[in-house]
Amino acid sequence: MGNTSSILTQYDIEEVQEHCNNTFSQQEIVSLYQRFCQLDRNSGGFISADEFLSVPEFAVNPLAQRLFRMIDGLNFKEFVAFLSAFSSRATLQHKVEYIFKVYDSDGNGKVAFSDLLDVLRDLTGQFISEQQREPVLTQVLEEAGYKKDSILVLSDFMKILGSNGLKMEVEVPVD
Amino acid sequence: MASVACFTFRRRELLNKMSSSNLELDLDRPNIEDYLTTDSIQEPRGKLRLRDLLDISPTLTEAGGAIVDDSFTRCFKSNPPEPWNWNVYLFPLWCLGVVVRYGILFPVRVLILTLGWIIFLSCYIPVHLLLKGHDKLRKKLERGLVELICSFFVASWTGVVKYHGPRPCARPKQVFVANHTSMIDFIILEQMTAFAVIMQKHPGWVGLLQSTILESVGCIWFNRSEAKDREIVARKLREHVEGPDNNPLLIFPEGTCVNNHYTVMFKKGAFELGSTVCPIAIKYNKIFVDAFWNSKKQSFTTHLLQLMTSWAVVCDVWYLEPQNMKPGETPIEFAERVREIISARAGIKMVPWDGFLKYSRPSPKHRERKQQAFAESVLRRLEDK
Repeated sequence: MGNTSSILTQYDIEEVQEHCNNTFSQQEIVSLYQRFCQLDRNSGGFISADEFLSVPEFAVNPLAQRLFRMIDGLNFKEFVAFLSAFSSRATLQHKVEYIFKVYDSDGNGKVAFSDLLDVLRDLTGQFISEQQREPVLTQVLEEAGYKKDSILVLSDFMKILGSNGLKMEVEVPVD
Repeated sequence: MASVACFTFRRRELLNKMSSSNLELDLDRPNIEDYLTTDSIQEPRGKLRLRDLLDISPTLTEAGGAIVDDSFTRCFKSNPPEPWNWNVYLFPLWCLGVVVRYGILFPVRVLILTLGWIIFLSCYIPVHLLLKGHDKLRKKLERGLVELICSFFVASWTGVVKYHGPRPCARPKQVFVANHTSMIDFIILEQMTAFAVIMQKHPGWVGLLQSTILESVGCIWFNRSEAKDREIVARKLREHVEGPDNNPLLIFPEGTCVNNHYTVMFKKGAFELGSTVCPIAIKYNKIFVDAFWNSKKQSFTTHLLQLMTSWAVVCDVWYLEPQNMKPGETPIEFAERVREIISARAGIKMVPWDGFLKYSRPSPKHRERKQQAFAESVLRRLEDK
C-alpha cells in the first residue's frame, strides 16, 4: 500500500480489515484513513510525536506518553490494528491483552511490581507521594492474593479484569 | 493498626492540601470537565480492589477517543466541497462556470480593485501629507477613505453582506468583539464603520498595508510568540479605549482563525478593560465559497485569489446588544457569556479549547486535574470498608 497516496482502494481496505481481524467495518476504515491523513500533516506515512501531541485532548491524557511509545511510527495498517481494541466488535480477551501491553512496557510478557507502580505514577502524578504509592499498591495486591514480588502474566490480568466485563469502546464517526 | 492510623492522618492532610491547590488550577480558565463528557468514568464505590488499580480502561478510552476524533482539530478542518460535476450534462456546465469565473469575473474584479486602489491612493496620499496640521479633519477623511477601499475589496469578491442590528457608533469605553474566520472579517466590518483593530503583525504586502494605512485608523500590533507581549498589549488596549477621539476598537478574542462552524475559547484581555462589550456575530454561507482562511495551508494572497475566482462571498453580520460585566462575574465568565451569545446568534458550536493550542502544547494543569481526581478517588476508597 503506497504510503503517500491519499486514495484507498477496495483491495487496501480489505487488507487492513483482515489485519485487524474484522473489528472495523469498511466504512469505519475509510473514516480512520481520513483521520490518519488529517493527523499525518507532513504526509510521511506515519504519525510523528509532534503530530500526536498537537491533539490537545490526547496530550492532556495521563497515559499519553506510554501510549505514544506504542503508537510511534506506525503506518496506517498498524494504526488500525492498534485501535482495534477500542472497537465494539473486539473480544474481551483482546481488550485485556491490550491493557496488558500498556503495562508491559518492555514486552517480555511479564508485569512486575515496578511496572504497576509506573502506571500508577502516571495516573496519579504528584497527588500521591512516592512513599505512599508503594504501600497502597502492596496492600491492594496482598488483598487480592498476590505478593509484592509476584510477577503477573496475561492470565492473571484476564482473571482480575475479565470477571465483570470491560467497557472500553470508542465510536468511529462515519460520515 | 498503628500504620493504618497514621495512614488516615496523612490522607486527611493530603486532601486538605489538594483542595487549596484546586483554587490555583481554576483561576486561569473555565472547567474543561464541564464540556468534555466523562460518561466512561462512573463514580466508583466500595473498597479499593486490585481490579480498580489495574483497570485503566476509562483513561485509555479517552485517549482512544482523542486519537479517533477530537473537537479541537475539527475547528480547523476546511471541508472540501463535494464534487458534483461528474455527470454528462453537469460537467460541461461546471466547465462553463469555470470559464465564466476565471475568464470574465476575475478580470472584471481585478479591474474594479485596481480602480479602487487608484482612487484611494490618489486621495489618501495628499490628505495624509497636506493635512498634517488639521488632525481632526485628516482623521475624518482617512476614515472615510479606508471605508471606501474596503468597500472596493468587498465588491471585488462580489460580497453580499447583510447587516443586522444597529450600526456601531464611536463612544468611549466600548469595545467590539467578533468571531474570527479569516482576515476578510476585518474588511467586511470595516466597510461599514472604521474600526481600530488589534492584529498579529504579518509579513509581506499585508504588513506594509498594516504599517501605513491601518496606522491611520489606529491599530495595535501583537506578537503571539512573545511572552511579555500580553502586558504591553493590555496596556495599549486600555489606553486606546480611554481616549475619546480614537476609533472604536475591534477585537477578535479567539486569537486565531476558526472554520466558522465552531468557536474556540475567548481570551479574557478584551473583557477586563472595564468597558462595555458589543458582540458581533459573523456567519458565512458556505454554498458560495468557504471563507475560512487556513493560515497553515495557504498564504493570504492565495486566499484572496481563491475568493476572487469564486461566485460570491455571502455572509450575515449581526450587531448584538452591548454587554456589561455583571457584578461578581470574573472576566473569564464574562468572556464565555459573550461567546455563548455570539455562537447562538451565528448558529455555531462552542468548544472548550484555547485557539493558541494551534501553535503550542496544552498546559500540564489539565493532566494534573485528571491525576488529582483519580488520586482522590483511590485514597478515599482505600478507607471504605
